Amino acid sequence: MSAANDNVAAAALRKIGSVTLFFFQILARIAPALAKPGLIIKQIYNAGARSLVIVMLSGMFVGMVLGLLGFDVFQRFGSEDYVGVLAALGNLKVLGPVLTALLFAGRAGTSLTSEIGLMKSTEQLTAMQMMAVDPVRYVVVPRFLGGFLSMPLLAATFTLIALYGAQLIGVQQMGVDAGAYWSQTQNAVHLRDVWEGVVKSLVFGIAVNLVAVYEGYHSEPTPEGVGLATTRTVVISSVLVLLLNYLLTAAFLTKN
Amino acid sequence: MSDVSDGDAVIEVRDVRYSIGGRPIFDGLNITARRGRITAFMGPSGTGKTTLLRLITGQSQPESGSVKVFGREVSGLSHAGLFALRRRMGMLFQNGALLTDLDVYENVAFPLRAHTKLPEPLVRQLVLTKLHAVGLRGAARLMPSELSGGMARRVALARAIVMDPEILIYDEPFVGLDPISMGVICRLIKQMNEALGITSIVVSHDVQELATIAHDSFLLSGGKVVASGTPEELARSALPEVKQFMAGLADGPVAFHYPAQDYRSELLDDAEAK
Repeated sequence: MSAANDNVAAAALRKIGSVTLFFFQILARIAPALAKPGLIIKQIYNAGARSLVIVMLSGMFVGMVLGLLGFDVFQRFGSEDYVGVLAALGNLKVLGPVLTALLFAGRAGTSLTSEIGLMKSTEQLTAMQMMAVDPVRYVVVPRFLGGFLSMPLLAATFTLIALYGAQLIGVQQMGVDAGAYWSQTQNAVHLRDVWEGVVKSLVFGIAVNLVAVYEGYHSEPTPEGVGLATTRTVVISSVLVLLLNYLLTAAFLTKN
Repeated sequence: MSDVSDGDAVIEVRDVRYSIGGRPIFDGLNITARRGRITAFMGPSGTGKTTLLRLITGQSQPESGSVKVFGREVSGLSHAGLFALRRRMGMLFQNGALLTDLDVYENVAFPLRAHTKLPEPLVRQLVLTKLHAVGLRGAARLMPSELSGGMARRVALARAIVMDPEILIYDEPFVGLDPISMGVICRLIKQMNEALGITSIVVSHDVQELATIAHDSFLLSGGKVVASGTPEELARSALPEVKQFMAGLADGPVAFHYPAQDYRSELLDDAEAK
């Protein structure tokens, strides 16, 4: 292995180590941060409520496309009744959590990174340290928790709306029989499929929010540094979500 | 300079060596700041004035030498010890460093809420008193984005004194202010020192302003203190470094030209290359 490869590998390892340490720092401060729930609620609003519109809109379109795709595919086998099954399983297990996490990374993750990065570059974090206040506890942890708690709620919203959108196309527009549509769905979907989506959205919630707060907190304290950190947040968290999605999907499949 | 005994020293910096990325910033730095006085650290840009503050507040550690605050070695303090030390200090940052998501009132109340469990009426009284002292009681509900540079710095000053610190550190308090705001900040620094007896450290390169308020001054250059004394003593100094800085001369020990190859040969080389 060449020296350049060594350096890339070492840098990657160092970053993973640094993110992990930061995660432990966050975990250690979760209990004290809960003493000020107002800060966390504010962040749920910032990260969650403000992402609601794009998540709902995207959910609608994704659901409708699944309805169209499902109808197109199953029609070829004469089994249009299964449109609902595809839409439900696709959304619950994969598309709901994954797309929500990707949208969240773009909407809330970037704003977390740039907000924390800006606080760093304007010396607000140093000022906190000088006031003997721990910025990880007061700035990072409430944002991390707010984002983490928002993720499953957003994913659930996305999935529900997507199911409605698929039904709108499958039943209302393409004329699949409503009874057949819903009974097939009910038969095929099990609680563990819902559980898979919930676990995924929790894991993605940790991943995306950890990357966002880490990049913001460790950004270069310059305008350029904050911009670069924001870009890194989107790139790293998106790739991470897709990678984790593969691993989790595989794990759930072998478990069943 | 040392007409007061060292027992009064609140901050003692002895033989400090510090470098950033292999470039030495300090080499054998010695500084003393005494109780109840306004001590000014002056020096051209890039002489490490802000770095010195980072050493004093424990944000950085010296490579060798000692930095003592209240007689305790800063680099030997634990995280909790450092935070306990910082509670006895207030710091005013260059641009105020107000928390942008809180209004003026909440910014000033922030240290109180973080460190005390005072009842709300008492917090309110303390915050309003401090805001009144800096003349901004009426601005309590404004957001930091609605303040001018001078106002932001005054709010930051109110925040820095709300926990009644024993040391108040000002990092470049005059940068980018109009003459009126500058005068206001100058007067406030003096007032805080006289009325509250706070030991004050002012880092700046505004010689004129400092001359009116500082009791002791240290002029830093090349990683060392090149001169110290009262502002008048510095003004009378014959040292070329001091003269250049105090009079604002373009050329001197701090050269006007960035190091470069010979002017004439560089121009001629260019001509020959064509």
